Amino acid sequence: MPRRHEPHAGVAHEMPPHEGAQQAGSRPGASPSFRILPRDRIALLKVVVAAGCLVPFAIVFAKGAALIPFGANPVEEVLHSMGKTGLNLLWITLAITPLRKLTKQNWLLRLRRMLGLFSFFYLMLHFLTYAVLDRGLDFGSLVVDVTERPYITAGMLGLVLLIPLAITSTKGWQRRLGRRWTKLHRLIYPAAVLGAVHFWWQVKADIREPLVYAVLLGVLLGYRVVDAQLRARRRREAAATVAAGRSA
Amino acid sequence: MAKNRIKPSEITPEDVFLNRRQIIAGAVAMGLLPGFASDAFGAAIPADGESFQNIAKWPKSLDAEPNSWDVITTYNNFYEFGTGKGDPSRYAHLMKTDPWSVEVTGEANKRGRFTLEDILKPHGLEERIYRFRCVEAWSMIVPWVGFPLGDLLSRFEPTSRAKYVQFFTLNDPEQMPSVRYPVLEWPYREGLTIEEAMHPLTLLTVGVYGKVLPNQNGAPLRLIVPWKYGFKSVKSIVRIHFTERQPQTSWNMAAPHEYGFYSNVNPNVDHPRWSQASERVLGGSGFSALISGRQPTLMFNGYAEEVASLYTGLDLVKNY
Repeated sequence: MPRRHEPHAGVAHEMPPHEGAQQAGSRPGASPSFRILPRDRIALLKVVVAAGCLVPFAIVFAKGAALIPFGANPVEEVLHSMGKTGLNLLWITLAITPLRKLTKQNWLLRLRRMLGLFSFFYLMLHFLTYAVLDRGLDFGSLVVDVTERPYITAGMLGLVLLIPLAITSTKGWQRRLGRRWTKLHRLIYPAAVLGAVHFWWQVKADIREPLVYAVLLGVLLGYRVVDAQLRARRRREAAATVAAGRSA
Repeated sequence: MAKNRIKPSEITPEDVFLNRRQIIAGAVAMGLLPGFASDAFGAAIPADGESFQNIAKWPKSLDAEPNSWDVITTYNNFYEFGTGKGDPSRYAHLMKTDPWSVEVTGEANKRGRFTLEDILKPHGLEERIYRFRCVEAWSMIVPWVGFPLGDLLSRFEPTSRAKYVQFFTLNDPEQMPSVRYPVLEWPYREGLTIEEAMHPLTLLTVGVYGKVLPNQNGAPLRLIVPWKYGFKSVKSIVRIHFTERQPQTSWNMAAPHEYGFYSNVNPNVDHPRWSQASERVLGGSGFSALISGRQPTLMFNGYAEEVASLYTGLDLVKNY
């Protein structure tokens, strides 16, 4: 299969500069297998992760095909399975950046788009299970739910925020939007918060599980706040050093 | 419609029924039962510890196919064993239901502690097929075994000040792993007006499908109040308290704007977070189970004719 070198410009926001440097360093003189292997590994990794992401869907399908029995409340089972899987994948997507920075494993970034899209896939199925299977597409009851039941309002809003992110997840859109792409994709933060709120407000009395999700989300978002502050401080210090050098 | 593993016709296997005396005799001979037990065992306690005998068929049972044993015994809300629907069937075996006794307190002439045998002895059992409507907007059809609660309560001779009856579930962290967490106010408590408690539809329940209640369904003694949401039908009762004032109820204490004292099934009064106009009927398999849809919820769960008169003059929107 012919390999094509991707231009850096197209994936700049997906790959931090030092990753490009690493690749460049391994280009000339290195054995071809060394250069090719990481790409093969990434491709393999993507296939494995995709297969893993599809397991919850496959289980529901197997239950639908009566290969595995449903429990007593099949619609609720599908609804919860899709919703929970969607949230799990959203949280994993949000964990990529902190994990990449802390472990310096830049290849993690290559999985992020797929994880995000799978999260959207499951959250959309969660919504469709609710709208079609549970509510029977009864438009009136859907409107009442979305407008009058805060946990459903929150969930719907969160899902709607993810729609532009799914649409603009392609490389073409990344290129077209440039810096604005990064800004737009910060919508994942309010979407995740709304997802956590939706889960919390939905439970009857036992808040332990949504509490775990909320705490993890707090850690994932808190990391970003702290990281941004540290970087800002380092920039200020660097600027101060330069200024001090000039005045001396 | 759901395929049931156990059909109503299989409730009491004929051989068990015909051999019940030998089974009791065998148990006595093996020392499992005291010799006098065969006299004490009237209609109430099953000789083999599993299946009841002499169950009368209640003439007003729902004319509908009950849900399967599996559905009824694996999809339960019994928060003392965990808040997942599957937790009770997983952990309820930790509860010891023998020996069992019930404490009777408050506004009654005959108070004190009564053994399960004392409680059940004089009563004949009936099988009643009721629809069980959960506040979570699902329902199942269940062939309960029991007798009218009122028949038992009269034996305690409630006084004229007994306007309400409160019921308490067992609360033992040794036997119930989840009561360590303050998910609800433990012990689980529920209450009825004395009129509701004495109503002939209110069933003191000891069995399902002709068998002793599985622990996850509230063994050995629970209420079934068929025109109210399921959480009113308190499980594994250890105390009955007659009182003049409206008693505390656990769900009302947890979320008073969501769960009222009455909690009658009412399609016109929504739960704040979901509609009560319709309900999902449980059961089914494969893709067809996913598209089986919902059915409209009936006022008082279909028992309006029998119970509506209990609430004349009461605003059911305010008194949800």
